[in-house]
Amino acid sequence: MDLFEYQARDLFEAHNIPVLAGAVATTAEEAEKAASVMGGRVVVKAQVKVGGRGKAGGVKLAQDAADAREKAAAILGMDIKGHTVHQVMIAQAAPIAEEYYASILLDRANRNFLVMASVAGGMEIEEVAKTQPEKLARVGIDPNVGVTLEKAKEIALLGQFPAEVLDQVADVLVKLWAAFVAEDATLMEINPLVKTEDGRIVALDGKVTLDDNAEFRHADHADLVDHASANPLEAKAKELNLNYVKLDGEVGIIGNGAGLVMSTLDVVAYAGEKYGVKPANFLDIGGGASAEVMANGLSIILGDSDVRSVFVNVFGGITACDAVANGIVSALAILGDKATKPIVVRLDGNNVLEGRRILNEAAHPLVQQLDTMDGAAAKAAELAAK
Amino acid sequence: MAIFINKETRLIVQGMTGSEGTKHTGRMIVSGTNVVGGVTPGKGGQSVEIAGKTLPVFNTVAEAMAATQANASVVFVPPKFAKAAVIDAIDAAIPLVVVITEGIPVHDTAAFFAYSQTKGTTRIVGPNCPGLISPGQSNLGIIPADITGPGRIGLVSKSGTLTYQMMYELRDFGFSTAVGIGGDPIIGTTHIDCLRAFQDDPDTDAIVMIGEIGGDAEERAAAFIAEYVTKPVVGYVAGFTAPEGKTMGHAGAIVSGSSGTAQGKKEALEAAGVKVGKTPSETAELMRKILNG
Repeated sequence: MDLFEYQARDLFEAHNIPVLAGAVATTAEEAEKAASVMGGRVVVKAQVKVGGRGKAGGVKLAQDAADAREKAAAILGMDIKGHTVHQVMIAQAAPIAEEYYASILLDRANRNFLVMASVAGGMEIEEVAKTQPEKLARVGIDPNVGVTLEKAKEIALLGQFPAEVLDQVADVLVKLWAAFVAEDATLMEINPLVKTEDGRIVALDGKVTLDDNAEFRHADHADLVDHASANPLEAKAKELNLNYVKLDGEVGIIGNGAGLVMSTLDVVAYAGEKYGVKPANFLDIGGGASAEVMANGLSIILGDSDVRSVFVNVFGGITACDAVANGIVSALAILGDKATKPIVVRLDGNNVLEGRRILNEAAHPLVQQLDTMDGAAAKAAELAAK
Repeated sequence: MAIFINKETRLIVQGMTGSEGTKHTGRMIVSGTNVVGGVTPGKGGQSVEIAGKTLPVFNTVAEAMAATQANASVVFVPPKFAKAAVIDAIDAAIPLVVVITEGIPVHDTAAFFAYSQTKGTTRIVGPNCPGLISPGQSNLGIIPADITGPGRIGLVSKSGTLTYQMMYELRDFGFSTAVGIGGDPIIGTTHIDCLRAFQDDPDTDAIVMIGEIGGDAEERAAAFIAEYVTKPVVGYVAGFTAPEGKTMGHAGAIVSGSSGTAQGKKEALEAAGVKVGKTPSETAELMRKILNG
């Protein structure tokens, strides 16, 4: 899960990383109130999980509370790269002397964690890596050792931080590591990390990604979920414990296993080129594929008004195809009149003949079977053609 | 021969007394795997009857190894307890531990992987994987044993069902070993580890490599193939249509910006001389052509 900037700020604060005062507002009135509590000049910042909001006009300096109200009114509701702004953050304005960079992230290639820090901040770190690589410290961290103060100082030196801020930066890195571990993060980025004119080191903007697999030990992370911009079908699928991603095509997809479903999307996309149609979603019903799970999956997909045909692609591994076929038959019985779109089924693998026999015998008018994945994808695409 | 597991493999099951553990222990026994015991902390000293076999239960992997001469373990422990189970296996210096569990926090995996590297005595496969099978010899995990039999193709894949699909497509040829390495961002055994083992295995003639979006494991595997692998390799990559920034089922299957795309992986593999299929069936067809000369 990616967090909003204000959530990252709050998380940093909770872990004693120095931040400026900040508050979130969903209306112009709330923004004015927050600004008047803070006093003085504030920055009104659009809260969207996408880069480039400054250039898009989503970040504005306000002279006072009344001005903050006006700026918030202009920013709220804006569309930034397809993301609607539902919230703004009111942040204390600070005189900035220098902009630096610090982050910790999961390093998949080296199978550990990576700390990056640089005296050059305020821009995309990829840019720094390209143009001033000598100013970017990249240090791998053993998860069982962590970022000690000694290691943090070494990193700050490598990142070419000036002597007068070395200790403060090292302290931030140690605290950032503690936060990274405590919150089960896969990314914590401070950009910019600034030196204020009075010499303090402060995290001005942050990006945080938390590990969804660690939810079981972070009950509080449930409060960070962004319900406002969630796709309604994705939200409903999540409630039903289904692994679903909404896409923008017309062929609904159900399959078992993440790899096979990704592959199914690709095969449907190829077959769909001829008919001008694309896959409408990713839906992995996992190993079980019981009647209930199948019914839940079908109901989500049939609830998508963009869907014109459905492709059920199952390879029976542990689950036998007869169980899957029974699942489809029962699911259609549960859905009754709500099932209105043609459904193409391809079953293969464990007990496939019995599975196909069950579907043939049920002879549901919406269901047709094909023997191969490629053939079934072509049929589903054809049925979705306009 | 085969890689990582064979007739000599003596398996213990961590989490054998749980429902998944019991079910799959039975399946592994039926498919000919030599299961010699199980580990469930607190249940040591008991024994359980699975698929007609009486299996002793131990509190730790070290105890199980001492009593049974086990040389491999498969983990069916829930995510919450998986780290402790794997650390127990590493502490016992068991040569192979296969972690089937899905949903382990990546900080836990990073910690036990780093620990295994420090110790240097345990290979980890997974987590979030279907395990591996050397048909007719040994089967560790949840791969169905009846899809195909022994043969001379080696297979390595991030995905379980695509492994099954590919084994099924090439069932008339059979496999030396098929390894499901798992779909998590950090995994213990990589494409490269398997490619190296298949290259060195006299009983493997050709290799199928299945990848998917996310990370750069396939790109690094491509560089390794160019440098080290002389046996024919065919490839398949899933996720061409995956949108940026969305996790597609597997925790590691995510395109971030322009990195981790299926297109990039396909191009890297092709540049290394790997024939890459557009679909699983086309990939199987490429392998078929190679094997039929």
